[in-house]
Amino acid sequence: MATEKVDPIHQFHINKIIPIDIGGLDLSFTNSSLFMVIVVALAGGFLYLTTANRGLIPSRLQSVSEMSYEFVASMLRDGAGTQGMRFFPLVFSLFMFVLVANLVGMFPYFFTITSHIIVTFALSMLVVGTVVVYGFWKHGLHFFNLFVPQGVPMLLMPLVVMIEVISFLSRPISLSVRLFANMLAGHITLKVFAGFVFSLGSLGALGVGAAILPLLMTVALTGLEFLVAFLQAYVFAVLTCMYLNDALHPGH
Amino acid sequence: MFVTPAFAETTPTDGTTTETGVAHGEGHGGVFPPFDPSTFASQLLWLAITFGLFYMFMNKVIVPRVGGILEHRRDRIAQDLGEANRLKEESDNAIAAYEQELATARKKAGEIAQSARDKAKASADAERARTEAELAERMVAAEASIADIKSKALADVDAIAEDAATSLVKHLLGGAVTKTEVAAAIRAAAAK
Repeated sequence: MATEKVDPIHQFHINKIIPIDIGGLDLSFTNSSLFMVIVVALAGGFLYLTTANRGLIPSRLQSVSEMSYEFVASMLRDGAGTQGMRFFPLVFSLFMFVLVANLVGMFPYFFTITSHIIVTFALSMLVVGTVVVYGFWKHGLHFFNLFVPQGVPMLLMPLVVMIEVISFLSRPISLSVRLFANMLAGHITLKVFAGFVFSLGSLGALGVGAAILPLLMTVALTGLEFLVAFLQAYVFAVLTCMYLNDALHPGH
Repeated sequence: MFVTPAFAETTPTDGTTTETGVAHGEGHGGVFPPFDPSTFASQLLWLAITFGLFYMFMNKVIVPRVGGILEHRRDRIAQDLGEANRLKEESDNAIAAYEQELATARKKAGEIAQSARDKAKASADAERARTEAELAERMVAAEASIADIKSKALADVDAIAEDAATSLVKHLLGGAVTKTEVAAAIRAAAAK
């Protein structure tokens, strides 16, 4: 058993905890579902408990909650203007959910829900869906102005409109793939280097000495992955703000 | 669907699985787990449930609460600044009132001093005027008596000159002249 090679993909497997099958559709409560619940409980519980005192002078943990609130609020104000603040609960929920999911995934043996494309794609479709629905509800057909930049010569217009449409359609894909690929690649790299430590270490005394190099690499990568975990949550939220800006001001 | 049997086997031993997962991975028929469509429905459902609850919790509880805390703090700071400004204005007013009081007191003191000086000066002036008037009166009286004495003396001089002239004429010329002739001659001589 000990000599079995380390499989870097194993960490992404989904195992059923409570099998649920409705009409042939597999809706089981899996390890992924479990960690979704954990992420929501952690994020919600932290925000709820640290702000319970409503301190005029915040405690340390309360200021962490306030800082994340103001961080997202200023991000949204910069990206989509004051009108964008109506989307604040959505952007704040997305940011906190992705951030906590990424950070929870950094613990060994923990499942990273954002390393599954369907999760990140669903979240980005939520964003783009909000943009489209709100855009049409608010601006009606003027929402199509989004694809017609001002000051473009008539001759170039069909080409530019086509490019704009393609770029709009690729948004949910780029938004979801960016987060998914970062988390997936980071975890695989970590696992591969950690696997080197394990397989070199089982080669005897010389191997143990050589295993120090991938060990150092693993430590460094762990630090990098914590940065990536925060950065990807931030990027996801910033891009959400920019897309929401299109829904609010489609005329560029 | 084709994966279900493999999973059914793994679930009971799930607690102890670490390395055995590799074998189950092959049980998926080599599908890379993030791209395994058989798990999509479950993930979407549970994501919708958990994220939906999370969104509702954020929307109803956390965002109003943290927003309220921040707003309350902002209001409180603004209120404290307002209070500080009010107190400062009050103290400024007190200083201004004090300075005005001081200025009026100084002015009043000056006035009192001035009136005292004026009174003293007026009384001194009156005294001097009285004295001067008295002196002038006395001088007038003295001048009058001098003039009186002088005119009396001058009248005597005429009589003496008449007598002397009459006797001189009598002695030198031996003739007698009348008193009126002598007086006319003296008057002519005096007028020369």
